[in-house]
Amino acid sequence: MFGFGILSGLTFLPLVGAALILFVKDGEGSKNTVRWIALWTTLVTLALSFYAWSQFIPGVADFQFVEQRSWFGSGLTYKMGVDGISFPFVVLTAFLTPFCIVASWKSIEVRVREYFIAFLVLETLMIGVFCALDLVLFYLFFEGVLIPMFIIIGVWGGKRRIYASFKFFLYTLVGSLLMLVAIMAMYAQTHTTDITTLLTTHFDPALQKWLWLAFFASFAVKMPMWPVHTWLPDAHVEAPTAGSVILAGILLKMGGYGFIRFSLPMFPDASHYFAPLVFALSVIAIIYTSLVALVQEDIKKLIAYSSVAHMGFVTMGLFAMNQQAVEGAVFQMVSHGLVSGALFLCVGVVYDRLHTREIAAYGGIVEKMPVYAVIFMVFTMANIGLPGTSGFVGEFLTLIGAFKANTWVALFATTGVILSSAYALYLYRRVLFGKLVKPSLQGLTDLSAREFAVLAPLVLLTIWYGVQPNQIIHACSGAVAQLIKNYDAALAVTRTAALSLY
Amino acid sequence: MYSAIVFLPLLGFLIAGLLGKKIGDRASEIVTTALLFVSCALSWITFFDVGLHDGHFSAPVIANWLTSGDLKIDWALRVDTLTSVMLIVVTTVSALVHLYSIGYMHEDKSRPRFFAYLSLFTFAMLMLVTSDNLAQMFFGWEGVGLASYLLIGFWFEKPSANAAAIKAFVVNRVGDFGFSLGMFLVFMLTGSISFDVIFAAAPDLASKSVHAFGLDWNAMTLACLLLFMGAMGKSAQFLLHTWLPDAMEGPTPVSALIHAATMVTAGVFMVARLSPLFEQSATALTVVTLVGGITAFFAATVGLVQNDIKRVIAYSTCSQLGYMFVGLGCGGYALGIFHLFTHAFFKALLFLGAGSVIHAMHHEQDMRQMGGLWSKIPVTFACMTIGTLALTGFPLTAGYFSKDAIIEGAFAAGAHSFAASFAFVLLVVAAGMTSFYSWRLVFMTFFGERRWSEQYKLLHPAPQAAHGHGHGDDGHGAHDDPHGHHIGEPHESPATMMVPLFVLSAGALAAGYAFKDQFIGHEAGEFWRTSLFTGANNHILHEMHEIPAWVGYAPFAMMVGGFVVALAMYVIAPKVPAALAEKFPRLYLFLLNKWYFDELYDKIFVKPAFALGRLFWKGGDGAIIDRFGPDGVAARVLDGAGVASRLQTGFIYNYAFAMLLGVAALITYGLFALGGGQ
Repeated sequence: MFGFGILSGLTFLPLVGAALILFVKDGEGSKNTVRWIALWTTLVTLALSFYAWSQFIPGVADFQFVEQRSWFGSGLTYKMGVDGISFPFVVLTAFLTPFCIVASWKSIEVRVREYFIAFLVLETLMIGVFCALDLVLFYLFFEGVLIPMFIIIGVWGGKRRIYASFKFFLYTLVGSLLMLVAIMAMYAQTHTTDITTLLTTHFDPALQKWLWLAFFASFAVKMPMWPVHTWLPDAHVEAPTAGSVILAGILLKMGGYGFIRFSLPMFPDASHYFAPLVFALSVIAIIYTSLVALVQEDIKKLIAYSSVAHMGFVTMGLFAMNQQAVEGAVFQMVSHGLVSGALFLCVGVVYDRLHTREIAAYGGIVEKMPVYAVIFMVFTMANIGLPGTSGFVGEFLTLIGAFKANTWVALFATTGVILSSAYALYLYRRVLFGKLVKPSLQGLTDLSAREFAVLAPLVLLTIWYGVQPNQIIHACSGAVAQLIKNYDAALAVTRTAALSLY
Repeated sequence: MYSAIVFLPLLGFLIAGLLGKKIGDRASEIVTTALLFVSCALSWITFFDVGLHDGHFSAPVIANWLTSGDLKIDWALRVDTLTSVMLIVVTTVSALVHLYSIGYMHEDKSRPRFFAYLSLFTFAMLMLVTSDNLAQMFFGWEGVGLASYLLIGFWFEKPSANAAAIKAFVVNRVGDFGFSLGMFLVFMLTGSISFDVIFAAAPDLASKSVHAFGLDWNAMTLACLLLFMGAMGKSAQFLLHTWLPDAMEGPTPVSALIHAATMVTAGVFMVARLSPLFEQSATALTVVTLVGGITAFFAATVGLVQNDIKRVIAYSTCSQLGYMFVGLGCGGYALGIFHLFTHAFFKALLFLGAGSVIHAMHHEQDMRQMGGLWSKIPVTFACMTIGTLALTGFPLTAGYFSKDAIIEGAFAAGAHSFAASFAFVLLVVAAGMTSFYSWRLVFMTFFGERRWSEQYKLLHPAPQAAHGHGHGDDGHGAHDDPHGHHIGEPHESPATMMVPLFVLSAGALAAGYAFKDQFIGHEAGEFWRTSLFTGANNHILHEMHEIPAWVGYAPFAMMVGGFVVALAMYVIAPKVPAALAEKFPRLYLFLLNKWYFDELYDKIFVKPAFALGRLFWKGGDGAIIDRFGPDGVAARVLDGAGVASRLQTGFIYNYAFAMLLGVAALITYGLFALGGGQ
């Protein structure tokens, strides 16, 4: 395609749209032109991702659609490619972005042009993260994502947007710097930044621990894992609706993706060594943040905390390192992308009407918004992990896998199913149920056609993937099997080496 | 055909749920009810085919649900005798309740939603009973939980209904916590969660031990105990029972269908379905027996003093479920299922009868406001009396065969189990209390002086918040006055409500006698075939006939005794109850407040959870992590006087921060050192 591979096309198409927006002349109707360009760009990207999907061979371990060019001369290359683990996230990104554009249609009225440019640039960078097969390229995309997100929160955010974006940036920056040092160390060792080569490199176990910790600093912040999660609630609360959707839907997945792409396969000994730490932090995250979610008074904050808890299942599953747990973790990330994205869209619906996120400002709105209530209920149930919704599959697989690895971890993590039902239903009750008495709520109207069109596909997908999740599971099964095989083999080698010393 | 049985209710749910507004109330009612009757007819055909004739057992796979590594889960419909029994129970009661609701919910403004929920519930319940693996069972399990949540909170404007709905869901989730862990353990042990595989593996596992949660366990015992925790939640057994009485906030037909006849018996069904596992663990069966016996006794004591007509029946349900578990725990899986079967008829009858009374009383539920109704609503009175006779085990009624069989079974099993003997004593005592509170209900409602006449001149009374039990009203208090005939005499209900009462009355009278030979008699072997598993040493169905004569008479004597005492206290000398309550105020309040379980749980679970949440939020996230993370960094950079301020206020936070890190380190160390479950 135009001399590029399909992945480059996917990655840079949004950038083309952003360039087009630059050329829109100011004047009457320019805002709408900008919106339509953004929407069409993302829709074409989505269509292209579906095309790629049709060409993608599920269940195999190899990288596909690989393209490679030299770049800046020696060592550094522009290399793209996807396997069953990264490809679902590419499609997820391409899928969620049009929803964000539509969700921002009316709620963004100032600096419309800049907003949509930022969003399209963001999409480019996000897709790039999941496609990059070169460490430096990955790093550029991975850190680049921060900039448009920082701007989106900082410019179009709520009252405390400066504080939130600052906090967001500070946290992620610290992690990033450590990762950069680690990348340089890896280059010094191997003289390559090609991820496929690095995947087969065996680093010295002692060095692995340092590298692992450096990567961990970055990924743990992105996940986010306890105790470096506190940027997320603030960022969510202040971000505009679409920003929250991307934050919860895609940005949080970059941490998990990083673990599965780098930490686990490249530093298996260190991963094994540090697994208890990850388990501990995961379990703490699940219980701690669920309890915190229970007492929140702000809808978005509550959902943000529940995101942290759900990401705890992901990290737990990844480091349990068996087929069910890792596939479950991948599935949980995709499912959480859909469900939490949808939940933030739901919050956006009422926020657009009342301009408050205070739970106490609502109550009894089911009477005025019955369709909204049904849709919100579906996502609430998915958030709780009700079987038949996609939320169940990820939780179930990560837990069943974690149980095999460590029964204590599974025991504590399973308490999350009790706590999640408590905070989610408690939220639903306070917002939707009860008597409608507040005068401010009397004029509420149910979902508009645009809002319905945004939410309905997500409802269908949530239920479809709850009943037929194999599409995603099979896509990554080959790559996951390979990952586990290499991991176990590497551990075996180290063990033999350790034994031979005696 | 099996697909039709299961999926017709789903179709009804979708039609009424999605198109209810378009096609209208009446059409929604008719469509869902008609589909349910079709499903019911097919279920009876299945029952005769699979259960009574030599029908073949089959489990057709509909589709693969998910495959991950060696974990493979199918959507399948497993239909054997056990399932076919459940099919007729579920679809019959559900069809009748649908029909009944057309009359009962006549004045409600969101009827399509109500019928959609009912059908959704039925679908989930059918998925549960036809499951061929633990995961599909869990799907139905949680699905009925969702429907139960939606229906308890059907009148969403009432705070008490919302609270009860959440309570039901969350308490059930506590049980599901055990169910989930049980599933995980079974998968770890056998590499599968399909029934055929795990049933085949069970005998080998009985002698294996497994290291989990830091201890060595017998593999089958641990698996059964964890799974049983799920059953305790769903079937409202002692300690996890608190949600069931509150669930009476839902409309009365819901109570009859979900909280009496079907959903709450899912736990009983689960243990029977997993009899190949439970049969391998004497310890697990002992626990089942004890929990069942204690529940039967405990719930009966509370039922003695309740004043809300539905709550009395709710505690009665709780208590009867305990009986069923004792039957199961003694190894008499057929006994438990037989009682489940007959209980569905007479308990649904009692609830629907109570609904008819409530309907007649214009949504009054407090029995202290009733009395003398028998001449006003004689047909309802007759039906309620039949239900009461069956429940108390009057000779030749349904309960006589099933309940007394469990008591006899418990005595017989007592020969080799102390727990069974203990349960036997509890059950016999509970039988007396059952008779007492059942007749008390009848006498307070239908006999004695009229306590309602002046009240209805005052239009509708306010909900009785002052009464001990709190949430009295059946929901209409929260509605705008929907019907014009609030004032007036109690009246008999319309035909749509009476027909189900007649059908269930017939069942309550005859279901026991008609099916006793198949379920627990000499034809039991060829009736159940492989659907219930009994070990080589389990002869409970024979041993229960070789018991001393007095054991057989004991429940009958208790029943008569309960009747006489109730008659004396509520008809002959109606001043006695109040005097007794005054004389033993502590005991009375203890029972009236349900042994203070709600207060206890509130103190040790609910309040601490909120307090911890607040502590973690303000203290953990705010005061410690943020302070030393981003805010701290910002302060150091921006504020030159940072050192001074830290000296002033930082001390306690340093300490707290160190503590937080210490806790995390400790947990990590624990996981490093112990190495967890391997």
